[in-house]
Amino acid sequence: MTRAFTEDEVVRYARHIILPQIGGDGQRKLLESRVLCVGAGGLGSPIAMYLAAAGVGTVGIVDFDRVDLTNLQRQILHGTSDVGRSKVESAATTLHELNPGVEVVPHDTVLSSENAFDILGRYDLVIDGSDNFPVRYLVNDATQILGKPLVYGSIYQFEGQATVFLPGRDSPCYRCLFPQPPPPGSVPNCAEAGVFGVLPGIVGSIQATEAIKLLTGIGDPLVGRLLVFDALEMDFQTVKIRWDPACPVCGENPTVTELIDYDQFCGIAPGEVPAEAEHGVATSVGSAG
Amino acid sequence: MAVRVKLPTILRPHAGGVAVVESEGSSLGEVLKELESRFPGITRNVVTDAANGDGFWALHRFVNVYVNGEDVRYTGVLQTRVSDGDTVSILPAVAGG
Repeated sequence: MTRAFTEDEVVRYARHIILPQIGGDGQRKLLESRVLCVGAGGLGSPIAMYLAAAGVGTVGIVDFDRVDLTNLQRQILHGTSDVGRSKVESAATTLHELNPGVEVVPHDTVLSSENAFDILGRYDLVIDGSDNFPVRYLVNDATQILGKPLVYGSIYQFEGQATVFLPGRDSPCYRCLFPQPPPPGSVPNCAEAGVFGVLPGIVGSIQATEAIKLLTGIGDPLVGRLLVFDALEMDFQTVKIRWDPACPVCGENPTVTELIDYDQFCGIAPGEVPAEAEHGVATSVGSAG
Repeated sequence: MAVRVKLPTILRPHAGGVAVVESEGSSLGEVLKELESRFPGITRNVVTDAANGDGFWALHRFVNVYVNGEDVRYTGVLQTRVSDGDTVSILPAVAGG
């Protein structure tokens, strides 16, 4: 049965519904969609806010972290009075105020190989706004195995990357792009290296754009192309990403068919904090970036 | 052959902070060696064991290099031919969020 809009929804989403590419059908698709945002930090802030504003019916957010004063220079989901509060709780308050029609599902937990299928399995699409390599490989492998689209974004200082990984052959995944993580300690984290506050706003907004395009089925998705943004040069560059037939996850003869120990894969000793994560524990979704 | 090499933020300190440097060579390997000779250490996290004499080193698997937007893993890796006016982009994996 086709979902009928309420009077309030017709008004709230009027500027979407009037767009021929979205219309009532597209808006209905958004209202019926379930999206998981991994991380409620720099990238997660614009991602979750634009999804909620657009009327994505269910927005899940997974993050174990608490709001810190140093986050507020870029993590616009959170305010000064939220310092010390759980990030997913703070995010839920902000998103509810933005759009009470959206169901926000807070997952106040460490995303791990043990719970990833259970959490990711409840959503149609996953957006990666995490801040460390183990979680990025975990989310990639889990979405590929579950057959769910993944909208990827990551940042460093003044520079960002974004792309879309679709499940199945012929579409590359994160391991096709970067088969191995850098050695631990070779990439400084945001706390050590700093991050330009507005940068995640741009990259996260690109991720939200791609997610909404995928959900409504419009446009040409950022698949097989990596968008590279340089804020200092104000330069956008697109490079090709090819599907790797030898990829251990999405290649012709996959060898990774279940989730592995991602700390070990990234060369991190048990209990050690991933070098690039600002705070938190190993294989955990922080969002400090 | 003058080619433009776009540097990621993380490598810019090696080249005095600039985003783009000019280099010379007829292959990607030559271009990188020329860069290394002027900016020691700049290719340390791009190719394996940059200090090794001649011959071609291997690209690290957490860094991608593109010539005119094409991933060099599919065009001959370090033997990829480059010509005047080409753009080489070095892109390391980053994880911030």
